[in-house]
Amino acid sequence: MSILSYNGGAIVAMKGENCVAIASDLRFGIQAQTLAMDFEKVFEMGPHLFLGLPGLATDTLTVRDRLKFRLNLYELRESRKIHPKTFAAVVSNMLYEKRFGPYFVEPVIAGLDPKTFEPYVCNMDLIGCINEPEDFVVAGSCTEQLYGMCEALWEPGLKPDDLFETCAQALVNAFDRDAMSGWGAIVHVIEKDKITSRRVKTRMD
Amino acid sequence: MASERYSFSLTTFSPSGKLVQIEYALAAVEAGARSVGIKASNGVVIATEKVPKSILVDEHSVHRVEEVSKHIGMVYSGMGPDYRLLVKTARKKAQQYSLVYQEEIPTAQLVQRVASVMQEYTQSGGVRPFGVSLLICGWDNDRPYLFQCDPSGAYFAWKATAMGKNYNNGRTFLEKRYNEDLELDDAVHTAILTLKEGFEGQMTADNIEVGICDATGFRRLDPNSVKDYLANIP
Repeated sequence: MSILSYNGGAIVAMKGENCVAIASDLRFGIQAQTLAMDFEKVFEMGPHLFLGLPGLATDTLTVRDRLKFRLNLYELRESRKIHPKTFAAVVSNMLYEKRFGPYFVEPVIAGLDPKTFEPYVCNMDLIGCINEPEDFVVAGSCTEQLYGMCEALWEPGLKPDDLFETCAQALVNAFDRDAMSGWGAIVHVIEKDKITSRRVKTRMD
Repeated sequence: MASERYSFSLTTFSPSGKLVQIEYALAAVEAGARSVGIKASNGVVIATEKVPKSILVDEHSVHRVEEVSKHIGMVYSGMGPDYRLLVKTARKKAQQYSLVYQEEIPTAQLVQRVASVMQEYTQSGGVRPFGVSLLICGWDNDRPYLFQCDPSGAYFAWKATAMGKNYNNGRTFLEKRYNEDLELDDAVHTAILTLKEGFEGQMTADNIEVGICDATGFRRLDPNSVKDYLANIP
């Protein structure tokens, strides 16, 4: 039994044309038992910055709160909104501080640069190693399935509506093949001047 | 260190509401060698005079203009040893920031952190305020910055300023010559002219130090470059 799949969960984030999308499943469960279908694992950290935290649910909540702490102080001290790449550095630093007793989360960051609105996605392991690809990132208890779906469906330059479809389908069809993830999904599409969040109807099993 | 023994601050209020130790620290600054800083449209220049105590002093071994990070430099007026500690502190804080945020520290952030250290020494047990005022120059956000940090921990953003001996004369001189469209070369020229006002003896590349900061970063000018600028001074 791996601690990272004790609660289960699935997150995917993708880059599109002048937009990014990030999606998560809604299941909260303890091993085989499902306890809630409204447990979102993606949090808004800024007007164009989203953070997904799959893994152990208690750490999902704690890491979210502690990062919000660091982020708020940063924005107060520097009188500006943080850039997604810098936020990734903050998350990485915080996780590595706990190198020998880590938080059991594998964060996913998706956002647009507050100045240039350039799309940014990245993910990292539980001790803060950043992976910053040009296309998509996945995390959770069904990464194998997620990688397969994303690799098949993603293409560069997707417009917001197409990106939504691609992201949603990749997530749903992947977590339908995982017992520990699913029970509903939420997809956020972040563009320069708006954020669209949609819940997806899925198999509830 | 004394601060381990004393739990009370040595900097205390006078009945008139002044922190006399800070006033005395500012007097130490005012007695120190002159330094100037000028913001240009495309960079910042900082400069200072080096007054050797004797002709036997090896002028190029000890520097007053110091690099803090690739894009931030500083100079001072006042007590050299206190300055060197603050340079060390500033460099460390800049690196700490880079370690966490994976990017260069914004000049204003560095100034805030250094000034905060200087303030601590006015309110901690068994220590005295720093006997220096700092001029910190930097480049980020595609623009130049020039800040002064005082012994009290107060900091000011300047377009152009002078510190140290007869700083009022220097500031008046700068008020007449400063304009927003100065280019870096003109600013260096003006900075040297400002130092020359009230300079005792002949100004050479060996008894002044100049540092410039622009989009490509901060650097202290080598004596040959300083000589070129001096050649244009009447």
